[in-house]
Amino acid sequence: MWLDPANPQLNKNGELHHLLSLEGLPAGVLRQILDTAESFVGVTQREVKKVPLLRGKAVFNLFFEPSTRTRTTFEIAAKRLSADVINLAINVSSQSKGESVLDTVANLAAMQADMFIVRHAASGAPYMIAKHVAPEIHVVNAGDGRHAHPTQGLLDMYTIRHYKGDFTQLRVAIVGDILHSRVARSQIHALTTLGCPEIRVIGPKTLLPSQVDRLGVQVYPDMKRGLKDVDVVMMLRLQNERMKGALLPSAQEFYKYYGLTEDKLALAKPDAIVLHPGPMNRGVEIDSSVADGKQSVILPQVTFGIAIRMAVMSILAGN
Amino acid sequence: MKIHIKSGRLVDPRNGIDAQRDLYLAAGRVVAVGDAPAGFSANRVIDAAGKIVCPGLVDLAVRLREPGYEYMATLESEMEAAIAGGITSLACPPDTDPALDEPGLVEMLKFRAKNLNQAHVYPVGALTVGLKGARLTEMAELRDAGCVAFSQAEAPFADNQVLMHALEYAATFGFPVWLRPQDPALAGSGVAHDGEVATRLGLPAIPSTAEVIALSTILILARETGARIHIARLSSAEGVAMVRDAKARGLPVSCDIGIHHAHLSEMDIAYFDPNCHLSPPLRSLRDRDALRAGLADGTIDALCSDHTPVDEDVKQLPFAEAEAGATGVELLLPLALKWAAESQLPLAAAIERITVRPAAILGIDAGHLTAGAAADICIFDPGHHWRVTPDALRSQGKNTPYSGFELCGRVSHTLVGGNIVYEKNINKNK
Amino acid sequence: MPANPLPDAEQLLASLTDRMRPAVGPDTGLVGIHTGGVWLAERLHRALGIKLPLGTLDVSFYRDDFNKKGLRRNVKSSDIPFDVDGCDLVIVDDVLYTGRTIRAAMNELFDYGRPARIRLATLVDRGGRELPICADFAGATVGAAADENIELARDAQGLLSLQLNRN
Repeated sequence: MWLDPANPQLNKNGELHHLLSLEGLPAGVLRQILDTAESFVGVTQREVKKVPLLRGKAVFNLFFEPSTRTRTTFEIAAKRLSADVINLAINVSSQSKGESVLDTVANLAAMQADMFIVRHAASGAPYMIAKHVAPEIHVVNAGDGRHAHPTQGLLDMYTIRHYKGDFTQLRVAIVGDILHSRVARSQIHALTTLGCPEIRVIGPKTLLPSQVDRLGVQVYPDMKRGLKDVDVVMMLRLQNERMKGALLPSAQEFYKYYGLTEDKLALAKPDAIVLHPGPMNRGVEIDSSVADGKQSVILPQVTFGIAIRMAVMSILAGN
Repeated sequence: MKIHIKSGRLVDPRNGIDAQRDLYLAAGRVVAVGDAPAGFSANRVIDAAGKIVCPGLVDLAVRLREPGYEYMATLESEMEAAIAGGITSLACPPDTDPALDEPGLVEMLKFRAKNLNQAHVYPVGALTVGLKGARLTEMAELRDAGCVAFSQAEAPFADNQVLMHALEYAATFGFPVWLRPQDPALAGSGVAHDGEVATRLGLPAIPSTAEVIALSTILILARETGARIHIARLSSAEGVAMVRDAKARGLPVSCDIGIHHAHLSEMDIAYFDPNCHLSPPLRSLRDRDALRAGLADGTIDALCSDHTPVDEDVKQLPFAEAEAGATGVELLLPLALKWAAESQLPLAAAIERITVRPAAILGIDAGHLTAGAAADICIFDPGHHWRVTPDALRSQGKNTPYSGFELCGRVSHTLVGGNIVYEKNINKNK
Repeated sequence: MPANPLPDAEQLLASLTDRMRPAVGPDTGLVGIHTGGVWLAERLHRALGIKLPLGTLDVSFYRDDFNKKGLRRNVKSSDIPFDVDGCDLVIVDDVLYTGRTIRAAMNELFDYGRPARIRLATLVDRGGRELPICADFAGATVGAAADENIELARDAQGLLSLQLNRN
C-alpha cells in the first residue's frame, strides 16, 4: 500500500487509509467525514440503530492506556456498523510480559483484523503501528499521548457546524491545559483547515507549549480578554496530577482565573456555545451552572461522537 | 611489511598538504612522503589513483556496547564497522553496564580490543562510581589502566558540589574531563527540542536552556577549578556562542558535536521517526546553522559519530519510548565531507575535524602523516555514491536517520600501524 | 446532436401517476430513493394527494458493493417521518435495473419497522435484473446496452428529463 510520505494516512488517491491526525488532512476529507456523520446521526435515532456496512469485519480496540469512555464510543460505533468488536486492554496483559507493541499488533493482525483502534500514552504510537501493519488494515488513532485525538476533534467540529453552520465567521477560544492536550492540538488543526479565522488559546504560561502561535493561534493568558466576543468556548480537561508539580499552585486558583463560570461566559457572544471533551472536573475547569446551562452542548457532543466514529470507520473500511 | 601508496591525493591538514603525493610505509610507520627513500622496495603497492589518502579518522564517541549491551552490538561487530568507516582511533564513553569505573573493566576492554588488531581504543573512564553522580572513581588508577579522560556520559550529577569536586580532583592530576551539558531537571523526561515540532507532535520537550544553564555552570567551574574541560555534543546556537566567548576569554576548553547535529534539525523527526530520537535532541534549523558555522570557525573543534548502535526491539517503539541514538561510525566520513561541501569549505577542512583536531583533544599522537608517524591511514573515494541500507552497514546497529539516503564518499582501505585492516573493492558498484 | 432516443420523462410521470392513482390511498407511505426517486416521489406525493409525509432513503449504508467501491461521497440522510409498522409502502425510484438498490432499500426499511406491504414504482424499467424483483408500477420499459446509463435529471424549473450516458 503506497501512502503519502508527507502525510502517511492518505493513499495515492488522496483518500484516508488511516486516521492518525487531523493535521494536514484536506478540508474536503474533513467535510466528507462530517457530512457522512450527519447521515449516521439519522441512523442513531431509528428503532434499529444499526446498518450492515461493516458486516463480517473485525475491529480491534487496542487500548494501551485505559479509557472506558472512548473505548465504549468506538465499540458502540463499530457495533452499529455491524462489525465484530474485540476489546483489548493491553497494559495489563502482554506488555508486562515484555511483548513489544509490534509483536502484539502482528499477533492480532494474524487473527484477521480489519481495523485497529489505538489508544496509547506515547505520542506517535499509532504512526508506528500504522507503519508496520499489513496494507489492508486500517488504523484509527483514539488518542496518543499529547499528540492527537482526531475523532474528538472531528466531533467537536461537527458540533460547532451543527450549531453555527459555518466556520469562516467564527471566533473560537480553547481554554486550559493546552500543553498536555491532544484534544486541543486536533481542534486547532481542524479549525485552521476548515477556515476558522480566529482561534484563541487561553491558559497560564505553564500550560502553553512553546511556540504554540506557530500552530496559527493567538495566545491569551488573560481569560477575560480571551473570551471577549467569542462564538465558541472549548474547555479542556485539567488532570489532577497537574496540581502535584510546579505547573499550578492549586485547583482553587486555577478555577478562579481559568474556570468557566457564568460571569466569564457572559463576556462571550450571547449565543456562544460551550464544549467540553469530558469527563468534566466540575468546579475546577467548569462551573456546574455552565456545564448544565443552556449554552452547553456537552451532551450533544457525546451523541455526535458516535456518528463521527461510524463515519470514520465506514470511510476507512471503504477506501 | 613495506607498503607504497601510489598516485593518491594526500590530504594531511596538520602538515598543510593537499596534493598528489605517494606514501611509503615500513615497520608500521610512515617513512617517506612524496619521494621513495633510497632502496625502498615495497611488498605491496596500493594504487590510490582518484582517491584520497588521509590520516586514519579519530572518533571521540563510539559505543562498542561492551560490557553489558552485547545484545545490541558486540566489540567485534563495532570494531569491524569502525575500520570500514576509516576510523583508526576511537574513544569509547563509559556508559557500559557496568560503567567503566574500575581499572579491571578498562584493562579487559583494552585487552579485548587490542587482540582484534583493528582501531586503537581509548576508553573514557567514569567520573563517578556507576555514573551515579555521587562518589568519585579512582581516576588515577583508571588512568593507569588506560583511560584518557573522564566523563559522566549522559548521566547527571547529584548536584553541583559533586561536579565541582570531580573537576577539582581531575585538575589535581591534569586529567581532562568531558562533559555533556544538560541540566537534568530542565531536560526532565523530554525527548525532543522544545520548539515548533515538539509542540505540534505533542512530544515532551527539552529546552535549549537545559543546555546553556548546564554549560554556564561548567564554564564557571572550569575557570574556578582549572580543570581541562571538553564539551561534548553541543546542540544549541546559544551554546555555540557561549563556547566562542569562553575561548575568546582564554579558557582552555574544547568542544565537539555529533555528525547528525551538523545536518539535521527537529524538522527531520517528520512523523515520529524514532531514528531521529537523539541525545541531545535535534534542535531548530537556526541551531543547526549555528553549529555548522561554529564548526567552520573553529569554535567547535571536532565532529564525532556519537556512535550508538541500538537494537530494533528498543528502537521500533513510539518516539519517546525508543532508545536514543544513531549508528554512526560508517557515516562519519561521508557526513563530514557533506558538511564541508555544503559549507563551501575545502575537503581538508572536513578531514581536519575528524583527524588531527580530535586527536589533540584525546591527547594522542595521531591524525597526521608526518614521516615517522604511525601508519594509521584511511584511503577513500570521495566521489563514490552509496546508499545507506542495513546491508551496506557493518555495524550491528542499523538505526540511522539516513536510512535509504544516498551519501558520497566511501572507504576503500584502512591501515592501522601499517597493516591493511580493511580493504574493499568499491570500484565495481560505482 | 442526435435526438434524445428516450421517452419524455414528464409524460412518463403523468402515465405513472394515472396507473398508481387507483392503487394508493391517503395512508399509503411513499418512500423516494435518493436522488431521482425523491424528485419523483415529491411529485407523486402531491399529485396523488397522500396525507402521510414523504419518506426518503439513501441506501449507501446498505449497498452490497461497499467492499468493492467503498462509501459514496455525499451520502444523504434517510428520513422516514412516519411509523413504518403495519404501513402500506410504495418505494419510488427513477430507473429499475439490477434490483440491487431496491434490495438495499427494503433492507433499510425493515430497520425502521415491519411494513404491511411494499410495492415498487419506477419511471423506467430497463430490464437486466440480477435479483427476483419487479415493479408494480412502471412508466415505461426501455432497452439499453450494458455500457449505457440512464439517469433522471431535473432542471431549474423542476422539469424532469431522461439522459442517456455511455460509460
